[in-house]
Amino acid sequence: MTLDTVGVLHRSRVIFIEGGQGVRSHLNTLGIHVGDCLEVVERAPFRGPVLVQVNGTRLALGRGVARRVRVEPAETFRPVAGSVITEAG
Amino acid sequence: MKFLLAGQPNSGKSTIFNAIAGYRSATANFPGSSVSYTLSRALIHGREVDVVDLPGMYSLTSSSPEAGEAVHFVAEEDWDLIINVLDASRLERSLELTLQLLQLGRPMVVALNMMDEAERHGMKVDVEALSEELGVPVVATIGRRGQGLKALFRVALQTAHCAAPTGTGCFDKEVATAVAKVRVLLEEAGYKSRIPMALTATKVLELDPHFRAKVLEAAPETEAAIDAIIADLQEVHGWSADQVVSGCRHAMAHTIWEKVGELGRPKVGWRERVDRLLLHPVTGGPLMVVILAGVFFLVFGVGQRLEAPLVAWFDALQAMIEGRFPLETLVGSLLSGIFMGVAGGLTIVLPYLLPFLLALAVLEDSGYLPRMAYILDNLMHRIGLHGKSVLPLILGYGCSVPAIMATRILESRRDRRITAALAAFIPCSARTIVIYGLVAAYLGPLWALGIYVLNLVVIMVIGRVLSRFLEGRSPGLILEIPNLAVPSPETLLAKTWLSLKEFLIIAWPVLVVSSLVLSLLEWAGAGGVVNQALAPLTVWTLGLPVAVGMTLIFGILRKELTLVMLVQALGTNQLDEVMTTVQLVVFTLFVVFYVPCVATVAAMARELGWKDTAWISGLTVVVALVLSLAGRLVFTVI
Ligand SMILES: Nc1nc2c(ncn2[C@@H]2O[C@H](COP(=O)(O)OP(=O)(O)OP(=O)(O)O)[C@@H](O)[C@H]2O)c(=O)[nH]1
Ligand SMILES: [Mg+2]
Repeated sequence: MTLDTVGVLHRSRVIFIEGGQGVRSHLNTLGIHVGDCLEVVERAPFRGPVLVQVNGTRLALGRGVARRVRVEPAETFRPVAGSVITEAG
Repeated sequence: MKFLLAGQPNSGKSTIFNAIAGYRSATANFPGSSVSYTLSRALIHGREVDVVDLPGMYSLTSSSPEAGEAVHFVAEEDWDLIINVLDASRLERSLELTLQLLQLGRPMVVALNMMDEAERHGMKVDVEALSEELGVPVVATIGRRGQGLKALFRVALQTAHCAAPTGTGCFDKEVATAVAKVRVLLEEAGYKSRIPMALTATKVLELDPHFRAKVLEAAPETEAAIDAIIADLQEVHGWSADQVVSGCRHAMAHTIWEKVGELGRPKVGWRERVDRLLLHPVTGGPLMVVILAGVFFLVFGVGQRLEAPLVAWFDALQAMIEGRFPLETLVGSLLSGIFMGVAGGLTIVLPYLLPFLLALAVLEDSGYLPRMAYILDNLMHRIGLHGKSVLPLILGYGCSVPAIMATRILESRRDRRITAALAAFIPCSARTIVIYGLVAAYLGPLWALGIYVLNLVVIMVIGRVLSRFLEGRSPGLILEIPNLAVPSPETLLAKTWLSLKEFLIIAWPVLVVSSLVLSLLEWAGAGGVVNQALAPLTVWTLGLPVAVGMTLIFGILRKELTLVMLVQALGTNQLDEVMTTVQLVVFTLFVVFYVPCVATVAAMARELGWKDTAWISGLTVVVALVLSLAGRLVFTVI
C-alpha cells in the first residue's frame, strides 16, 4: 500500500520510493529512506497532505508525494520517545 | 579570515550570525527563511573575521535554488572554516549533512544548537563523545539565548589554524569500493577540482546532477565507466545507487547517534496540545481563519488608536505653519511640502505599519507559516501550485521584494514563476496602509476585510489561469514542520526594526522629497499638466478627482507615498469630505492591484528575467483597471 492510504497513528515501514531521482533524494535528505519506520500523525481532510513523524522530525507530504511512498504495516511497538527508530538498510 | 555558517534549514544559523554581527539576516521559524547569503565582518576575540550566513541545505546536493547557492558557496568560494550548525533535537538527520561536510577535509567546528529543544524532547547528547566520533570540536549552544556562542567562536578561531580533520566515517564495503573506483577513474582522467576527489566520487554515485555535469564536462570519456560502476552498485543492493549511498550515510549517522545520544521521555506541554488543534482536520481550518482575522482587527485597532492623536497634533501644527507662511508664497509651499512628507510618514504610515510588521513577525517566529502551508496545500492545488507557495505569498503581506526572493524555496521553475506573479498581487504593508488608512478608517473595517477577501479571490482566479498556461511540472508538497515556538520579544523587535529601518532610511526620505516636488509642481502650476494628461484614466474611466493623477505616479516609486500624496493633493485630512464612497473604494482597488513599486519590479527582473516581469506588470495594470472599473459600475448601479 502507499503512504497516502495509511490511517492516523499507524506505523509503517517504507519499502520503496517511486518516482525520479529528484523526489527520491529530496525525501532521503529530509529523513525518509527505504527501511525507515514512520508514523502518520495527521491527515488533512479533502485529500489534503499527510503529516508524518519520521526520524525525530515532522514532515508534511502532499498526497501526490505520499502516493509515491510504498509502505508495509510495521509492528505497533512504540519507542519511549515516539520519535527515533530506524532500521537503516 | 572567513567563517561559513552552514547547516540544515531552520537550525539557527542566522540567529547565531546575528548574535555576532548585529541583526542583519532575517530569522524565522520555518525552513528556508534565508534564501541568499549574508556577509558581515565581525570582531571575534579581538580578530577581524568575515562571517557568512548561508541559506540552509539538507544535503550537499542542490535540490532548490537557495540550497544551490549554499552548496555553490561551500564548493567554489574561498573560506577558512565551516561552522556546521546542527539542530540537536534533530541530531540524527542533521548528522547526514555533517558527514558530507567532513568529506570536504577542511577545518570545521560543530555548533550543537537548540540544546533547549533537545532537552524538551527528552534527548541527551554526549558532546565529548560526539566530538570524538566526528573528529572535530563540538560546542553546545542555545543560539536564541546567546548561550555557548563565545565558546563556539573561540574554538572556531583556534581550529581555523589547526590541521583539517582527516575525514571520518566509512561507508559499507560495496559503497567504499565503488567510491574508490570512481576516484581512480577521475584521477586517471586528470580531473581537477577544489573539492576532494572522494566527495566528488560520492556525489557522482549519488546521481547528483550538478557534480555529474561538472565531471562529464571535464572528462566526458569517463561516462560509460562511471555508469557501469553505478549499475554494479545498483545490482548488488537492489536499489538505485543514490538510495544506496544516502541509505549508507543514514546508517552511519544512526550509528553515531546511538553512541552519543540518549532518549528519555519527551515533555508534552501546552505547545504540543495547541499544535494538535492547529493541525487537526476539523479545527485547523477554522482556527486559521480566526487567527488571520484576529491579526487584521488587532492591527486596525492599534493603528487607529495610534493615528488619531498624532493626526490631531500635526493638524494643529500645520495650521500654525500655514498661518505664518501662506501657501501662495514659494517659502510657504516649500515648507508645506516638507512638512507633509515628514508628517505623512509619522501620522499616516507608521501607526499601521508598526503593529502590522509586529504581527507578521509573530506569525513568522511562532512557526505558524509552515502549518498554514500544510492546511492550505489542498487549496493551492486547485490553482495548480502546492502548499509551499503559501510561505512566499504570506511574506508578501510584509513586502513584495523578500516575497519574490522567497520563491527560491520552490523546487520547480514553473511554481516559482506563478508564485512570484501572484506575490505581486498581494497587498504589501505599504498598500495595506491605503486599505487601512482609507477604506477601514472612512468606511469601516468590514469594508477593508472585504477588499482583502476580494484580493484573495482574484489571486486564486489568476493562479488558476496562469497554471493553465505555464508549462512545467510541480513536484508536490514536501515540507518540514518545525516545532511551535514562543517568539522572543527581542527578536520580534529586532526584526520589526529591520523592516522599519527600510522605511525610515529609504522610503521616508523619498516621501519627503516627493512631497516637496509635488508642492513645487503645484506652486508652479505644472501639477495640473500631469493630472490633465492622466485624466482619461483617472477622471473619465475611474471617476476619481483629477488631482489623484500625480499620486498614482508617485505610488510607483514607493507605495507608501500614495496615501500621503493623496492627502496633500486634495489638501485635506478629511478625505471623506472630498471623495465619495465609490471614489474611495475605486481608488483603493486600483492602488492595491496596479504595478508594484520600482523595487519589486527590480526584484522580479532579477529572479525571473525581464520578459516575465514585463507581462506580470502589464497584467497587474489590466487587473487593476478591470476591477476598479467593475467596482465603479457595481457601486453606481446600487
Ligand atoms: N529553542 C531554540 N530556538 C532557536 C535556537 N536558535 C535559534 N532558534 C530559533 O529557530 C528559528 C530558526 O532560526 P534561524 O536562525 O532563522 O535558522 P536558519 O538556520 O538561519 O534557517 P534557514 O535560513 O531557514 O536555513 C528561529 O525562530 C529562532 O528564533 C535555540 O538555540 N533554541
Ligand atoms: Mg537563515
